Amino acid sequence: MESSPQPAAAARTTAATAERSDMVLHVNGVPYPLTLDHRTTVLDALREHLDLTGAKKGCDHGQCGACTVLVDGRRANSCLLLAVAQNGRRITTVEGLAEGDRLHPLQEAFLDRDAFQCGYCTPGQLCSAVGLLAEAADGFPSSVTPDTAAPGAPVPLTADEIRERMSGNLCRCGAYPRIVDAVGDVRDGGIRTGQDVAS
Amino acid sequence: MSQDPLPSANPGPTATRSAPASPAGASVARREGREKVTGTARYAAEHTPPGCAYAWPVPATICRGRVLAFDTRAALALPGACTVLTHENAPCLAPPDDPALELLQNDRVPHHGWYVALAVADTLEAARAVAAAVRVTYETETHDVRLTAGHPHLYTPESVNGGYPAISERGDFEGAFAAAPATLDATYAVPPLHNHPMEPHAATARWKDGHLTVHDSSQGATLVRDELAALFGLGKDEVTVVSEHVGGGFGCKGTPRPQAVLAAMAARYTGRPVKLALPRRQLAAVVGHRAPTLQRVRLGATHDGVLTALAHEVATHTSTVKEFVEQAAVPARVMYAAPHSRTGHRVVALDVPSPSWMRAPGEAPGMFALESAVDELAVLLDIDPIDLRVRNEPGTEPDSGRPFSSRHLVDCLQDGARRFGWLPRDPRPAVRRAGGLLVGTGVAAATYPVYLGGSDAEAHADADGGYRVRVNATDIGTGARTVLTQIAAAALGVPESRIRIEIGSSDLPDAPVAGGSAGTGSWGWAVHKACTALAGRLRDLDGPLPADGVTETADTRQENAEPSPYARHAFGAHFAEVRVDTVTGTVRVHRLLGVFAAGHILNPRTARSQFIGGMTMGLGMALTEGSTLDPAFGDFTPNDLAGYHVPVCADVPAIEAYWIDEDDPHLNPMGTKGIGEIGIVGTAAAIANAVRHATGVRLRDLPLTPDKLLPHLARLS
Repeated sequence: MESSPQPAAAARTTAATAERSDMVLHVNGVPYPLTLDHRTTVLDALREHLDLTGAKKGCDHGQCGACTVLVDGRRANSCLLLAVAQNGRRITTVEGLAEGDRLHPLQEAFLDRDAFQCGYCTPGQLCSAVGLLAEAADGFPSSVTPDTAAPGAPVPLTADEIRERMSGNLCRCGAYPRIVDAVGDVRDGGIRTGQDVAS
Repeated sequence: MSQDPLPSANPGPTATRSAPASPAGASVARREGREKVTGTARYAAEHTPPGCAYAWPVPATICRGRVLAFDTRAALALPGACTVLTHENAPCLAPPDDPALELLQNDRVPHHGWYVALAVADTLEAARAVAAAVRVTYETETHDVRLTAGHPHLYTPESVNGGYPAISERGDFEGAFAAAPATLDATYAVPPLHNHPMEPHAATARWKDGHLTVHDSSQGATLVRDELAALFGLGKDEVTVVSEHVGGGFGCKGTPRPQAVLAAMAARYTGRPVKLALPRRQLAAVVGHRAPTLQRVRLGATHDGVLTALAHEVATHTSTVKEFVEQAAVPARVMYAAPHSRTGHRVVALDVPSPSWMRAPGEAPGMFALESAVDELAVLLDIDPIDLRVRNEPGTEPDSGRPFSSRHLVDCLQDGARRFGWLPRDPRPAVRRAGGLLVGTGVAAATYPVYLGGSDAEAHADADGGYRVRVNATDIGTGARTVLTQIAAAALGVPESRIRIEIGSSDLPDAPVAGGSAGTGSWGWAVHKACTALAGRLRDLDGPLPADGVTETADTRQENAEPSPYARHAFGAHFAEVRVDTVTGTVRVHRLLGVFAAGHILNPRTARSQFIGGMTMGLGMALTEGSTLDPAFGDFTPNDLAGYHVPVCADVPAIEAYWIDEDDPHLNPMGTKGIGEIGIVGTAAAIANAVRHATGVRLRDLPLTPDKLLPHLARLS
């Protein structure tokens, strides 16, 4: 409760060395110049260096999806990305989904459906859902997409499609049925896509 | 059956306080919802004080023995290294209540994964590298991690988890079983299970002017504060533990865990704040697990299905560190009216990590066995399994003879059967197909006890018309903040919007843990009492409120001191429909439906989420979750989320939860029984019973994975 957001520039405290490099990460539209240990993941850069703790660390091994962010509009496990390899990329975290006080429709839908309990997987679920809506619109098939679907055509998001595409994001509280409902609500209502929020 | 057990105590002393009450029972949205969906809710590892160092534990790589020597030279030479704490240099702790917290105090290694050292460094990356560079030399001893039904060191403990006697007998079980016209004798196995909340255990500790402050991922900050104060020889007022947002617990954060103690030790030693988030792969060894159980159930019955004899005998393991006995035979003392019964537990202390609470300890594994056995008896006697249960419904609690405060198991079964479409049901197995898959349905009952603990709470009326309620409750995802606000609003007779609630810090009035499905009942009772008293004060007040407002405190220890003359339990009925692929042996749950009788439901919106969440964890228990101890190395082989399979979104189809709102005056002022655990209890048995109905194959070892099922399916595919 006492921790205060650190200014972005404070992260660049030491010069580049054989173990550290200068880089710029664009997070939620803000360029952050950083000098980071080459071992630092995007997730740890966000949480420990930029005080953006929305992306969560559940496993640190790409197994749970709690750290999901959007990188240039596509979802990714930020625990598996080394920050130094993402120099110049545009990263969107859960903190970047809302526009000021106006929540992203998925955030509204998650609230409306009670699509979470403890909330720890929620930022990853939200970023993942933003990503999946864009992927389906862009014609990316999933393993439950019918073989007869036209290549590259938008994939209709049935409940099975949503369940399949959200299965990289674990929720131990068991909010899955309501997450599927919430994503379905936004599918039906039309939303901004991952590409939109990444810019 | 709805009721309003929370009449408004008071409309308030002035016109501005007489807004209509918001009756508890409404679907109120989570108070902290916006923080959670915007990523601004901060969890234990998300408080980084200036100058914070990072810690990373070093787990033992042997199963039993002792540490001979540490070589930390290479580790400490790494850039950013601060120190490596071991039993040779760590601060001395007073002997803990929980021996699993005797950390870095001696050279003993009681199990694989036990922490032998703690690396501290300037950065997270450096701490991990320092920990990896610590060299430890051990003296190893032979170990044993294998639980078997005939293990020579099995013994009968004094009591089991929950304080129940290990053995309970009534009548003459052996005689009645021998004389019974129909008998069943079957043994069921539940493997070790891991809680795996999404937030790994984490703590950030700092010392300032002799005061220790810890942000800890815990189900109860009061208990963590008390334990830290005792360990470090401090007064309770010299320690603050904050658990404001907690990313799930399911029992494994129920009592203080190593991260809080280690972070505090490291912060004291280094003089810097220290953050310690336990790596996921280390959790299985140090935060507790559901102990494996081997359960023999024997049922004797008349030809028309009336039970005459019931035995449920459990063998389980504990560690050499402490005795924890999973009370899997205890629900059999509650469920059915068999005149002759024997329930018992034996345990063996192995060189394994210490087991602990996992969602519905006792009931979840025990009811898998008992409710599978009841289904087997129903098949044997060709009686509908719901009818069989109804025929054995007891008038009073079988073991104690006490009257039930309320018991609506039969209503749950019948209401669920109607909603699920249980009938008509052809009892023959392996005769229904859908799209080439075998289809089956199953039912099982559930039960969970009513636990309550004494709590403090404080209610305050501001001069400006607002209210503040303070209690050190913990919201681990249950919606505690929200439901406590509802209770306060109903007692005060004001809208929830006028109430500010403060929970999640040990500086608030003392309260018990979020565990045993007892949070709402225990904290809520104290909140209700404080708010009722405040409402009375305000009613009697002459003139305006004093400038600093009016405060009332409450303590419900007295109310909870005496045991109830009633047997108090929640009940439920689970229904499952499964589809089985006879080529691959894969079982998929097509739908799950639960009906619960758990007192008055205060918030249908969050209650439904908890019931469905419990059922989802039960689905994992049935089909995907199972841990194993490697006999050679003594560690849990599936130690992360890639090896230990919790259900994912695609595993979870239609799940429905309903309830019968009970009017039970023998509980607490809110009339609640607790709902956090009963959702898991009957799920695995319902699914296993459905698999039997689909295939004719009775599997008695969880989880029901294709390797176990497939060998039996050749004749069906």
